[in-house]
Amino acid sequence: MWTFILRRAIQIPVVLLAVITITFFMVRSAPGGPFSSERQLPRHIEANLNAYYGFDRPLLEQYGAYLVQLCQGDLGPSTKYEGLTVNEIIGQSFPVSLQLGLAAFCLSVIIGLPLGIYSAYRQNSVFDYSLMSIAMIGICLPTFVLGPLLSYFFALKFGWFNSSGWYEPKDIVLPAVTLGLYFAAYIARLSRAGMLEVMNQDFIRTARAKGLSEWGVVVTHGVKIAIRPVVSYLGPALAGMVSGSFVVELIYDVPGLGRFFVLGAINQDYSLVLGTVVFFALLIVIFNLAVDVILGLLNPKQREL
Amino acid sequence: MILSRLNRQNEVQWGELSITQLSWLRLKQNKLAMGGLFLFIFITILCFVFPLFLPANAYEIQNLNLQAQAPSSEYWFGTDSLGRDLFSRVLYGGRISLSLGFAATMVSLLIGVSYGCLSGYLGGRCDAMMMRTVDVLYALPFTIFVILLMVLFERNIFLMFAAIGAVEWLTMARIVRGQVVYLKNQQYIDASRALGASDIKIMFKHLLPNFLGVVIVFSTLTVPAVMLLEAFLSFIGMGVQPPMSSWGLLIRDGADSMEVSPWRLCFPALFFSLTLFSLNFLGDGLRDAFDPRDGKA
Repeated sequence: MWTFILRRAIQIPVVLLAVITITFFMVRSAPGGPFSSERQLPRHIEANLNAYYGFDRPLLEQYGAYLVQLCQGDLGPSTKYEGLTVNEIIGQSFPVSLQLGLAAFCLSVIIGLPLGIYSAYRQNSVFDYSLMSIAMIGICLPTFVLGPLLSYFFALKFGWFNSSGWYEPKDIVLPAVTLGLYFAAYIARLSRAGMLEVMNQDFIRTARAKGLSEWGVVVTHGVKIAIRPVVSYLGPALAGMVSGSFVVELIYDVPGLGRFFVLGAINQDYSLVLGTVVFFALLIVIFNLAVDVILGLLNPKQREL
Repeated sequence: MILSRLNRQNEVQWGELSITQLSWLRLKQNKLAMGGLFLFIFITILCFVFPLFLPANAYEIQNLNLQAQAPSSEYWFGTDSLGRDLFSRVLYGGRISLSLGFAATMVSLLIGVSYGCLSGYLGGRCDAMMMRTVDVLYALPFTIFVILLMVLFERNIFLMFAAIGAVEWLTMARIVRGQVVYLKNQQYIDASRALGASDIKIMFKHLLPNFLGVVIVFSTLTVPAVMLLEAFLSFIGMGVQPPMSSWGLLIRDGADSMEVSPWRLCFPALFFSLTLFSLNFLGDGLRDAFDPRDGKA
């Protein structure tokens, strides 16, 4: 088991380095720069700014310097948000996104998993068909349609929640539902498919023949195997949820991390783009590693891979 | 099970049927998928044919005396804040969203199929390298990728579909590669090579027709994914620019003004969601129809 984890962990720096390199040269090769805007800066001021941030040095030298800096955990200063470093930006907004993402994550697992399993258990029943149709709608409905609709009905019409803002504890409800519903639907479909495959297998028949209760057959024998595809999906899904969603933050005015992904790219804020991409990639590889470990615990055969 | 039922119902000898005919028979049994197909055809015809009966450029004609009117017999979907007829804007937006969806899917199809086919056919170290590249690209957040491409292309909508297609080909490449790796070890390929067929001929004549079904199914699911991305870009203001119209743009306008004029959100959102539903249901049904092992059967 430990050698398996170790072998996976060694791949992490390689993947990260590849992501950093591609992003670095892609951001830099785009025309324009962080200081090009509607209002043209005087040439010597722009030159000074470039010199201050070190953008006037050869590209490869900057790349090397960035890597050294990164190894020390420093993501560099933001060019758009003056006086703030990318570390500070992420440090301020990530806790908000983390709260929201975890809430959405719990919501999607608590809703999706039991419904999907029960739906497979009652295969081809009315419940199964209606649930799967609803799940399909949940998958198709984009957040920027769902968000305004939820906000219109539950905030403006019924007045149960605030339509935007991030002040009270209950402000988390609508954004979390908007963010989590898609994942809940997807998890329901995955767990249903996994469960259907398991329930036709021999060991389930054996368990029934031994006289186990239905609950025992389904939960202790079936679910343990059926949730494997769900677990592999949860890694990237969790990374996506906690790193924030630009649309959800825009609709509900949440001060999260998601908007910096988009704003960094739009403003061509070099270090902010790189910083957020590196952060996201790091989340992805860590959660994927965790997924592999959990799958290894669930299934001894997986450890030999 | 479905097959035996089909046999009894239609009294056909199913040995005589080609794979395509069989799949079509299976698809016809799937009510949701057929509903999706008809709904999609209806929306497409509405968006592409109906505007021909409207005044030219109906989507940008402003009537400043009629700002943000509720739906009426003259303006079926009401008007927006500049007094433009929302019905025409929704239809013209649908034209753009749908054409972008198809164009970008074609781009992703072209890149994905040739990349996957080449990678799987060459095999060995070349294959490993090409697939690791795809893995690394997978780890990049797509939104940033597309936004960077849009900054690069300076928001040119005709290049936007190329940008979207350029990020949507990854899964297609993986699927095609998997199929090719499986197919190329079949005996009829060996036989064809022994008869002196060139690599090009084997690829186009023997491999392509065999994985075409999978590609068609996946394309049906790529179109809504692409439309979603386009709408997202337009929603955040990086995509289609006003006074042109697209569903993402209209939803953004509607979301901003839903407190006073909710119909401006409802109609574009309804059209957009219905199109996505229909395509997804159709794609799901096609997948079941082409591959009866997968799913309930």
